[in-house]
Amino acid sequence: MKTLLSLALATSALASPATAADLQSFQVEKGHYQAILGDCAACHSKAGGKLYSGGEPLETPFGTLVPPNITPDRETGIGAWTKADFRNTMKNGVGKDGKHLYPAMPYPSYHLMPDEDVDDLWAYLQTVEPVHHAVEANQLPFPFNQRIVMRGWNWLNFEPEPFQPDEKQSAEWNRGAYLVQGPGHCGTCHTPKSALGADESDAALQGATLQGWYAPNITGQKRIGIGDWSKNQIVAYLKTGSNGHAIAAGPMVEAIQDSTSQMKDDDLQAIATYLLSVKADDEDGGGEQPKPLASDDSQMKAGAEIYRTSCAACHGMDGKGAEHLFPALAGSAAVQQDDVSTLIHVILAGAKGPYTKDRPTAPAMPSFAFHLSDEQVADVATYIRNDWGNAAPAVSADAVGDARGAD
Amino acid sequence: MNRRTFLTTTAVGLVALASGVAQARSISGAVPWEAFAGEPPTPVTPGGWHFFQPREVVLMEAIVDRLIPADDLSPSGRDCGCVVYVDRQLAGSFGEAARLYMKGPFLPGLPTQGYQNSLTPAGRYRAGLAAFDKAVSDTFGGRFETLSPGKQDQALSELETGKLKLSGKVDGKGFFALVLENTMEGFFADPVHGGNRDMASWKMIGFPGARYDYRDWVDQHDKPYPRGPVSILGNIVQAKAG
Amino acid sequence: MTTILPKKDVVIIGLGWTGSILANELADEGLDIVALERGPWRDTATDFNIAYMQDELRYAIRKDLFLHASEEAMTMRNNTSETALPMRDYGSFLPGRGVGGAGVHWNGHTWRFYDSDFELKSHLTERYGADRLADLTIEDWGVTGRELEHSYDRFEQLAGISGKAGNIDGRIEEGGNPFESPRKRDYPLPPNRMPYGPALFADAAKSAGFHPFPTPAANLSQNYVNPLGVAMGQCSYCGFCERFACANYSKSSPQTCVLPVLMRKPNFELRSNSDVRKIELAKDGKTARGVTYVDTSGREFFQPADLVLVCAYALHNVRLMLLSGIGQPYDPATGEGTTGRNYCYQTNAGVTVFFDDKNFNPFIAGGAIGQTADDFNGDSFDHSALDFVGGGGINCIPTSGRPIQHRPVPKGTPKWGSAWKKATKEAYQSTLSFGVQGSSYAARGNYLSLDPTYKDRYGVPLLRMTFDFPDNDIRMSHYLSDRALEIAKAMGGREIAEARRDKSWNSVPYQSTHNTGGAIMGSDPTKSALNKYLQSWDVANVFVIGASAFPQNAGKNPTGTVGALAYWAADAIRNQYLRNPGKGLVG
Repeated sequence: MKTLLSLALATSALASPATAADLQSFQVEKGHYQAILGDCAACHSKAGGKLYSGGEPLETPFGTLVPPNITPDRETGIGAWTKADFRNTMKNGVGKDGKHLYPAMPYPSYHLMPDEDVDDLWAYLQTVEPVHHAVEANQLPFPFNQRIVMRGWNWLNFEPEPFQPDEKQSAEWNRGAYLVQGPGHCGTCHTPKSALGADESDAALQGATLQGWYAPNITGQKRIGIGDWSKNQIVAYLKTGSNGHAIAAGPMVEAIQDSTSQMKDDDLQAIATYLLSVKADDEDGGGEQPKPLASDDSQMKAGAEIYRTSCAACHGMDGKGAEHLFPALAGSAAVQQDDVSTLIHVILAGAKGPYTKDRPTAPAMPSFAFHLSDEQVADVATYIRNDWGNAAPAVSADAVGDARGAD
Repeated sequence: MNRRTFLTTTAVGLVALASGVAQARSISGAVPWEAFAGEPPTPVTPGGWHFFQPREVVLMEAIVDRLIPADDLSPSGRDCGCVVYVDRQLAGSFGEAARLYMKGPFLPGLPTQGYQNSLTPAGRYRAGLAAFDKAVSDTFGGRFETLSPGKQDQALSELETGKLKLSGKVDGKGFFALVLENTMEGFFADPVHGGNRDMASWKMIGFPGARYDYRDWVDQHDKPYPRGPVSILGNIVQAKAG
Repeated sequence: MTTILPKKDVVIIGLGWTGSILANELADEGLDIVALERGPWRDTATDFNIAYMQDELRYAIRKDLFLHASEEAMTMRNNTSETALPMRDYGSFLPGRGVGGAGVHWNGHTWRFYDSDFELKSHLTERYGADRLADLTIEDWGVTGRELEHSYDRFEQLAGISGKAGNIDGRIEEGGNPFESPRKRDYPLPPNRMPYGPALFADAAKSAGFHPFPTPAANLSQNYVNPLGVAMGQCSYCGFCERFACANYSKSSPQTCVLPVLMRKPNFELRSNSDVRKIELAKDGKTARGVTYVDTSGREFFQPADLVLVCAYALHNVRLMLLSGIGQPYDPATGEGTTGRNYCYQTNAGVTVFFDDKNFNPFIAGGAIGQTADDFNGDSFDHSALDFVGGGGINCIPTSGRPIQHRPVPKGTPKWGSAWKKATKEAYQSTLSFGVQGSSYAARGNYLSLDPTYKDRYGVPLLRMTFDFPDNDIRMSHYLSDRALEIAKAMGGREIAEARRDKSWNSVPYQSTHNTGGAIMGSDPTKSALNKYLQSWDVANVFVIGASAFPQNAGKNPTGTVGALAYWAADAIRNQYLRNPGKGLVG
């Protein structure tokens, strides 16, 4: 009476129909791994939809884009494409129709990929289930709907060239640099953008705000980066979503579920090695170490009471949380970032951690939007930024009000 | 930014059955979660009456002030918001017996079988207050709220024990028990429901309210807990001195 | 019109403890499984919000998380000479509703029954003679305690039970229950820290010659990661367990222990708000074809399946069997029939000690954090010179100081007015209650059936409960109350108030949600509805898992045994039934 599992609803890349019998060929298998490294599913699939048949609309600074169908359906997907078309898209940001893509498609990162890897990915994508699903990708307002504009953007911001290894560094470091800058496209979220939407390369990986979340600094800077994490902690975080102290939230949840948790351990080690090296010699750790606010500060006093009542039952009076369940707030870089978007968002809206095979709990934080006023959120946020050795500027009620309004 | 939605993650796998199962929900391959999820209570605010009529308000206020008289332990039941609490309860799902089995036949039962009347709680108050009002006037020579506190207590005691008979089909003892039960709910429930104003009852007995973590005091045997009460309204009270 | 849905390998009715355990086990066999749950989806952070979960009125009094009588009521009477009437509000017991079932709002006491409890009839007959059983209709379970040991262990590991073993492989362990039957290893977590009340009780009980030990608790003493990889937190003694859901992942429940893993499995589907009305049988009456269910708008669906697992609350399991025509309905007049037979409950009594000068901080509490003396439970003591069988645990487990419900006052105190207020204030911090949780042994006249008069919202008969405490159990309870009084006196309080158990079960005041039996397991198909693997004797592709399978109830909370039975049945299905589907596992 056993039956084959119905896979129609499976959405993660690993559980895709292609994993079972079709992945015979080595190239397809390698291409599948490229899809994991590049996290194609994150944008090109949507909740309840078929794998790669088109994603949820993306809000960009310019307007809304809808990630297209990249299944091998001839009419609505990329079934009519050639390998050369695909390469041109991945590396130059030019679609089959000759139109330039918007850099929400991270070709400014993918162009670092060697042709062989892009071809493997092409081979893999040809094996996924073709889905007839038309997507109207371009929904931008004028003038951003004029793709000709992108030619100028590319001229200003982008120069396709393969990854150049740094021969002074180890092979592992170079692999990590390649993964972070190339297929992993970490900077798409974690690097601040210019007014034109291009990476601020001087500030690479030093944190950026997007849609109510702050994708934090992931350089080796100590205080506000991840310089205090061990290599193994970074690997554990990317592999399982939790390193014992920090648990992913927000958009990183999907990046971990769909991509990093399925990467090879060697690659995760390489990513960690590289990230820890970025800005590692920045003595200040990203600016002068602030002094903690005094415990008799009025916000601190009010915040401490709120913390005791509403937060301590999970995060503990010592701020240490519980391993793999409640993130530690003491010593947390996420809590002490200059940009408090994520902190406020999580307190107001709640958050849910990632599900991975190794750490399946996916614990969640409740919403406190009802329970706490703007002042109270500001007070408790200020408190957790300045107790247990933490130190960061106070949070204002106005900032909370703005975030609440935006939500 | 290239992630799909931020406010609703892990909706993966939420699918409706083909023919559209109204309200039933099929969940597979995911743990549903939504930002801002929750059903927080709607705080009751005083002002106006949603169920009680003016005469009933007068009676109820006089009654709860005897059930919970003002003294050095707490303000009176009225000042603690007990009548506001009962009013909102009767105007809501409790009053209309939304959670009770209300199908007939309605037969007289044994005490072990519980309440068997077809009247809803709202209906019991409407009939009970009117009958009590009349019975008091008939028996005590004046309206309840005009009687001395001693006489008021006597009237309530006689209602409680069944000595004071109410007209119609109203079961006076049962009605008194209902009023007492609801008044105590109002006095001791979280202030979010309209009663227990300023957490008066919690301060009286030393209940710290909506706290959730006593790990720092579980080993402090036989020592009073040092912190005052908090309400789910986020009404944070500063630690008591000492 | 009924919509016919695509067939599934397995349909599970109810997604509480047993449903989620069985689903998770059978999903690992690759089976295509759907669980139909009458209530809504619920999860910790979204539905059990720490910002308002402490609302006593909403959750404890208005019973937000429970089944409401308006959705499905039951009728009751104390004996067949009375006319059953509906319990218009649930009082004496509170069935759960929604994903997680009663596993969401339980207290967390997690016991193993004694080996002798499983062979009760044989054991007592051998030790005291058949005459001692008199009118009781107690039975053996068919399964032995030794056979269940591994399943108990699996449930304890799953749920992160905090406790101290009293007997590991026959070696008596200091600090545990010296009367417990041998176990293979200790609990996964050590006991919780004790609030003042249970600590004082333990001292008094020891001085009176008892052997108190920490009650095994599903309120976790430490952070924990269970064998499924699911992380749980440490209990914070908040005092909002029973009737509430845990807001900080520290009370074991399907949500905190199983669902994070189960819900991700692609071959498992949950349909919430889907109320199963009937198990449909093939013409021969020996095979279930699937189940009919109704969604909240009243649309009807037929879900075909090869295997039907009945995992609702014990009482609902029995009603569903009666409505579906599975097994012969029990008739107390003849003593024949199996479905509805041996309905049992719990025989509880209490003692309250008032002190002048103590401060118990009653709100510092966990649902199962306390002390138990098991010296007079089950057959851990010699009944030769006594006039009853059975016994009970003496438990000091103050579960909360929530003031709408917890307001002890000495006898003679008025119920209102200034004198009431003064007494309430004086007693609130300085009073300690503890209880006797007594066994409930089956008697011929206690049973479950369909009510001839009262119907549910679909026009289908309600379940009718016919129950009163057997005389044996009343004698037992008084004997245990006498023992509890010895401990109370050893505490040295000012005043003691007793709440003894007497005849005429009253459906109004809360007593216990430990309703057991009605679809009992056993080795004799004329006296039990299920075989020792919880498989219906009559319909081989139906398994009925829950406390409904208990032939009688021990003086202990049932959930530990319910969890063990879920693993036991899952193993039987995985290792035996699937090799030979559709066949009875016992001759």
